[in-house]
Amino acid sequence: MRKTTYIQAINEAMKDEMRRDESVFLIGEDIGHYGGLFRVTRNLFDEFGAERVIDTPISEQGFMGMAVGAALVGMRPIVELMYMDFFLVCGDQIFNQAARYHYMSGGLLNVPLVIRGQQGGGKSYGSQHSVAVESVFAQYPGIKVVAPATPYDAKGLLISAIRDNNPVLFLEHKMLYFTRGEMPDATEEYTVPIGKADVKRQGKDLTIVTSSYCVLEALDAAEELAEEFGIDVEVVDLRTIVPLDMETVLESVQKTGHLLALHESQANCGIGAEIVARVYEEAPHLLKSPGRRLGMAPASVPVSKPLEMELLPWKKNIKAAVLDMMREYA
Amino acid sequence: MSDTDASKSTPANDVEQPATVDTEQWLHMYEQMCKIRAFEENANQLYLSAKMPGLTHMYIGEEAIAVGVCEALRRDDYITSTHRGHGHCLAKGANLRRMFCELLGKEEGYCRGKGGSMHIADQEVGNLGANAIVGGSAGIATGAAMSIKMRGSDQVAVCFFGDGALGQGLLYESMNMAQLWKLPVIYVCENNLYNQYTHQSETTAGSMTGRAEAFGIHAVEVDGQDVQTVYATMRELAERARRGEGPAFLLCQTYRFYGHHVGDVNRDYYRAREEENHWRGNCDPLKLLATTLTTQKLVEAYVFEQIEQEVRTEVEAAVEYALAAPYPAAEEVTQHVYA
Repeated sequence: MRKTTYIQAINEAMKDEMRRDESVFLIGEDIGHYGGLFRVTRNLFDEFGAERVIDTPISEQGFMGMAVGAALVGMRPIVELMYMDFFLVCGDQIFNQAARYHYMSGGLLNVPLVIRGQQGGGKSYGSQHSVAVESVFAQYPGIKVVAPATPYDAKGLLISAIRDNNPVLFLEHKMLYFTRGEMPDATEEYTVPIGKADVKRQGKDLTIVTSSYCVLEALDAAEELAEEFGIDVEVVDLRTIVPLDMETVLESVQKTGHLLALHESQANCGIGAEIVARVYEEAPHLLKSPGRRLGMAPASVPVSKPLEMELLPWKKNIKAAVLDMMREYA
Repeated sequence: MSDTDASKSTPANDVEQPATVDTEQWLHMYEQMCKIRAFEENANQLYLSAKMPGLTHMYIGEEAIAVGVCEALRRDDYITSTHRGHGHCLAKGANLRRMFCELLGKEEGYCRGKGGSMHIADQEVGNLGANAIVGGSAGIATGAAMSIKMRGSDQVAVCFFGDGALGQGLLYESMNMAQLWKLPVIYVCENNLYNQYTHQSETTAGSMTGRAEAFGIHAVEVDGQDVQTVYATMRELAERARRGEGPAFLLCQTYRFYGHHVGDVNRDYYRAREEENHWRGNCDPLKLLATTLTTQKLVEAYVFEQIEQEVRTEVEAAVEYALAAPYPAAEEVTQHVYA
């Protein structure tokens, strides 16, 4: 075992797949010589050249559309969106084109496309560089959504995403980039399947269902809750938002009887509401207390540090939510 | 669907053509234009008699562009089409029965009834799909051309769009990258003068070809009603792209003989009868080709009537077939969301 950063894990996944499959290529802004704004594509230009690590003009709509076209006829593009906020600039190409093509063509055409990039708050980057998009994307059938929290999951899921015949949104998080985790040797091949959650912390009192960077905040909160209040929280890392692994969620809720669905995008109409609703629909008898959601309040992410920290559903807010639930029902 | 299906149309040419075009080929192009017109007239009737659901947009009047362009392409070349796309699909080699089945939402349609009039795709002949977003396929066609270049193939990609798409930024982002990377894509602008119900004088500033020229893209303007000119020009542009000389912009001046969509019947408030009559009377692409070939004494007039009769019979048979064809099973509604 060795330890790598989240960035390095993603970089390795792309490098390995590009070596394995000539149809895989990268396209995006400043990903070539510069190696990407967050250095995620570092050194790939040196190995694969300008033909396969393509620097584009600042034209998200254009290069997203081109990636869809290339995917329709034999290629497997990986598009880097420098900030996930920019999905709105190219929304038509993602949602009306990439996500709908297979369905509209009655299964005739496939779009094996990966859209990847970092999202989320925590760096005071302000309202147009801090959005969390998982809930918005979950509203559109035809595109899968993965949001890994660890370097191991990131590499394994990105390889699965590249090999998938559907458009896959691969969500990174700016707060995860420099986190480190255990990894198999670089030569050891593995994948993590899309659509399979992973229990990151076993617990018996309450289930937190989450993904991406919120997994780390939830794990931190869980340690403190155990130490300070003796509350034993189980943390289910969804890893994939679409399709949801409800089986693992229900297994955990069966064990704990209490559910908090947590995500960085806003709670209102978010994926957490979907998870809680599904538990109520599929197995209401499992819940000993009302299932709850924790996400952002419906506001844009502000620059001011105290305001940003107030808004983000991170450790402080997670602990408060869990204590509130357990005080009432435990 | 069997291979012996009588309504199967001839796909765009598979083999290299001689530099000069013989009479038989012009007659084939006449037949293709006839087929599109008959298809559209029947689609219109199906809509007006409430047998066809949804929306459809008539290509009548613009047939010379689809046929002239697609006859200059190979079967393995790509096209992307538009909401007014039946002509492009047929010209690239689509089958009449499967086209009507798709319009009627039947199982045997190209997209098993899920796509309908505005989303017909036909991978076997390189049709990457019609698009209901104006200008929405500019990136897709350019990306297909990028794939061609990456794979080292000598195919070309054609992006059809109307003058309305000149208002979309995606087109210019795509053209910029196509020229930067010398991609084998030809942008074919069908300028029918109207952005839906609004005359282009109210929507489009400056020069149309100038838009392409600003990127350094080779631009040509032709009479889109003259199939011979469209074909000859497209041959040159396609060869140029195959040689690696990059993208081109082909501006075709044309006219939509009918409304924006089939329900757009009373058009007096946005365009004059005299204008419609002028184009229909003097600029009908079928009549123009027939007149040229008879004046040159290459073909006798009765031949055109004969072609038209044969095509009409074939198209009507395809309509009957599609009307009787089964709908997809209800459980298909949630199929094909993911591959």
